[in-house]
Amino acid sequence: MDVHEYQAKELLSGFGVPIQRGSVAYSAEQASFVASELGGWHWAVKAQIHSGARGKAGGIKLCRTYHEVQDAAKGMLGKKLVTHQTGPEGKIVQRVYVEVAEKFERELYFGIVLDRKAERVRIIASAQGGMEIEELAKSAPQSILQVIVEPAVGLQSFQARELAFGLGLNIKQVSRAVAAILGAYRAFRSLDASMVEINPLVVTGDDRIIALDAKMSFDDNALFRHPDVAEMRDLSQEDPREAEASQDNLSYVGLSGDIGCIINGAGLAMATMDTIKYAGGEPANFLDVGGGASPERVAKAFRLVLSDGNVKAILVNIFAGINRCDWVAQGVVQAVRDIGIKVPLVVRLAGTNELEGRKIIHDSGLPIISAETLADAAQKSVAAARSAGSSH
Amino acid sequence: MSILIDEKTPVILQGFTGDKATFHARQMIAYGTKVVGGVTPGKGGQQHLDRPVFNTVKDAVRATGATTSLAFVPPAFAADSLMEAADAGLQLVCTITDGIPAQDMMRVKRYLMRYPKERRTMVVGPNCAGIISAGKAMLGIMPGHIYRRGNVGIVSRSGTLGYEAAAQMNAIGIGQTTSVGIGGDPINGSSFLDHLMLFEQDPETAAVVMIGEIGGPQEAEASKWVMEHMSKPVIGYVAGLTAPKGRRMGHAGAIISTSGDSASEKAETMRAYGLTVAPSASELGSTVAEVLRRLPGPRVTA
Repeated sequence: MDVHEYQAKELLSGFGVPIQRGSVAYSAEQASFVASELGGWHWAVKAQIHSGARGKAGGIKLCRTYHEVQDAAKGMLGKKLVTHQTGPEGKIVQRVYVEVAEKFERELYFGIVLDRKAERVRIIASAQGGMEIEELAKSAPQSILQVIVEPAVGLQSFQARELAFGLGLNIKQVSRAVAAILGAYRAFRSLDASMVEINPLVVTGDDRIIALDAKMSFDDNALFRHPDVAEMRDLSQEDPREAEASQDNLSYVGLSGDIGCIINGAGLAMATMDTIKYAGGEPANFLDVGGGASPERVAKAFRLVLSDGNVKAILVNIFAGINRCDWVAQGVVQAVRDIGIKVPLVVRLAGTNELEGRKIIHDSGLPIISAETLADAAQKSVAAARSAGSSH
Repeated sequence: MSILIDEKTPVILQGFTGDKATFHARQMIAYGTKVVGGVTPGKGGQQHLDRPVFNTVKDAVRATGATTSLAFVPPAFAADSLMEAADAGLQLVCTITDGIPAQDMMRVKRYLMRYPKERRTMVVGPNCAGIISAGKAMLGIMPGHIYRRGNVGIVSRSGTLGYEAAAQMNAIGIGQTTSVGIGGDPINGSSFLDHLMLFEQDPETAAVVMIGEIGGPQEAEASKWVMEHMSKPVIGYVAGLTAPKGRRMGHAGAIISTSGDSASEKAETMRAYGLTVAPSASELGSTVAEVLRRLPGPRVTA
C-alpha cells in the first residue's frame, strides 16, 4: 500500500526525521489559509498523488504570496496529473500539501528497501539527490552508497555514520543526518514498510538536514498490525476495479486486451495470460480468485471482469488443489444465470472434484464452451473473442 | 527415492485441529503420508483424527519422533510457528500460509542461522502448495491424483502452475519423483537452488522442471548453479510475459521492479545458462518429453 507525501512525512517525523512545517488542504481557500497559519515568506504547494516525478509534471509550485498559493492550489485540485510514473491515464489531485519553503545548499538521495537477494533491509544513499535511483544507478553508480542491516540487531550508528560521511557532510551535519537515518530505519522497521524514499534529503545553509520529499510503501500482509497506517489508504488513487477486487479478496489487474480471465493462483493466471497471447489473443486482465473460492466469490469475479467494456470473451481456468471444481462450477452457473453473460464463455476445470465440476457445467444446459487443457482453453477463448469481435 | 519426504517420514501438523488443517490432514493420510500427530496449543492430550495432539512442537517430537511438520497457522502467528519448529529440531517444516509479513520471514531466516548447517531446519514456503513425493507422501494441499511415480522433479513458485506441469506430464506418461512449491512471497524459506541441489543428489531423478515467475533474483541464481554444477538437465519456464512493470500480479513477490525481473529477461538468462526453456505454459509437458528423449542410456519414464 502506498501513502501520500504528507502522510509519509507525518509518520517519519514521528520517528525523528526532520521535515518542513506544512499541512494538507482540500481546497484553494484552505491552502491559502494554511499558508497564512504556517507563516514564513515562501511556500511550496505540492499535489498529493501516489506518484513521484510530480515536479516535472507541474505538480509542485513555489509561491511567494497567499494569492499565489491559492492560485497554485486551484490549478491542481480536481485536475488530472500525468507523470511518467502514473501512465497516460494520470491521477486526480484531491489534496495539496502546503509547506514552508526555504533555501537549501545540497540535495541528497536516501532510500530503504527490502532486498530480496540479501533477504535483509538495504539502505541506499547518494550525494546526487533529486534524480531517480534507476537513473542514478546507470549514470553515476559509483555515487551510490549502500549498507545492509542485520535484522537481529537493526541498523547501527556506525553504519549511519559511514553513510553520512560518505555523502561528504561536515561534522555538524553528520550528527543530524545520523539521527535522521536511524529514525527513518526505525519507521521502516516498526511500521512494516516495504520502501522509504527521501528524495531529496536536503542540507540547509545552517547545517540542518530536512526530508524535502518522502515516499513510503507498506507491506500489505502486515497492515493488520498497523491499523493507523491502514487508515491512510486513499482508494481514489487506485484503479477502482482493483480496489473493489481487493475488498472481496480477489486480486485483479486491468490490462488492455479483450479476453477476460478468471483463474486460481497467481502463477497459473500469468501463465494463462501468456498462453492467450501465444495463441494470438490479448488478455483483458489478471484475476486470481485465490484459494477456497466460493460460488459467491466466483460470481463477483465475473461482475468485475465484465465491468471492463472491452471484454469480448471470458476464460475461466481453474486447477483446483485447495479449491473445489464443483464449487467453482456452481459459481459459474450462478453467475451466468444471474448476470446474464452476453459474451462467449470458455471453462476449463481440472484438479480436485473435476468430474463433479464438469458435470455441473454440462447439466446446466448453458452455452458454455468446455476446454480440456490449457492450450485448448487459450485457443478456444481466442477464437471466441475473434468471432464475437467480428459480429459487431 | 525422492527428495524431502517419503512414506516413512513421520509428519506432524501445526495448527492440527483447525478446519482446513483437518481437511488436508485427512487427504494426506489417505495419500499414504505417515501423520503421527499434531500441535495445537491448549489442546495437548486430546486425540484428533485418531492421533495425539500436543501443546508444543517439542512435546510432539519427543513423543512421536516426528522429523517434519506442515504448519497450517494464520499469518500473524506463522513466523512464530516456523521458529518453534526449527527450535524443536525438525528437519523440514512446510507452510502453506499466504499473507505472512515480509519482515517476519526475514527474521525467521535469520533465526534459522543460529543452528549449524547440519541441523538447520529446511523451511519450504510460505504461500505454496507444499511438497509431494509421487505415490509416497504428500505434505500440502495439492490434488494428489494428478501425480504419478516417475523420474522428473518439479520445483515451482506457483502451486497451480506446478499442478499444470504435472498434469501435462502425466497426460503423456511422464511421472515425478517429488514436486516442491517454494511459494510466491518475496522471501521464501528455501529457494530454487536449495531444491535443485537435492534433486541433483537424488538417484531416481533424471531431470528437473523449474517453474519461475516475474520478480526476484532466484531463477538467475539457480540457473547459474545449474550450468556450473548440475549433471541433470533442467527445463525452465517463467510465467508473466504479459505482466506490466511495477504491478503486483497476485503474489507479493510477483512484481517487476528491477532489471532482470521480467519473464523474458529471466527466460533469456535460463537459456544462456544452458537450460531448455518451454516456449509456453501449454508446452511444459512436451518440452520435458523432448529433453528426456535426448538423455543417454536406458530410460524409465513411468
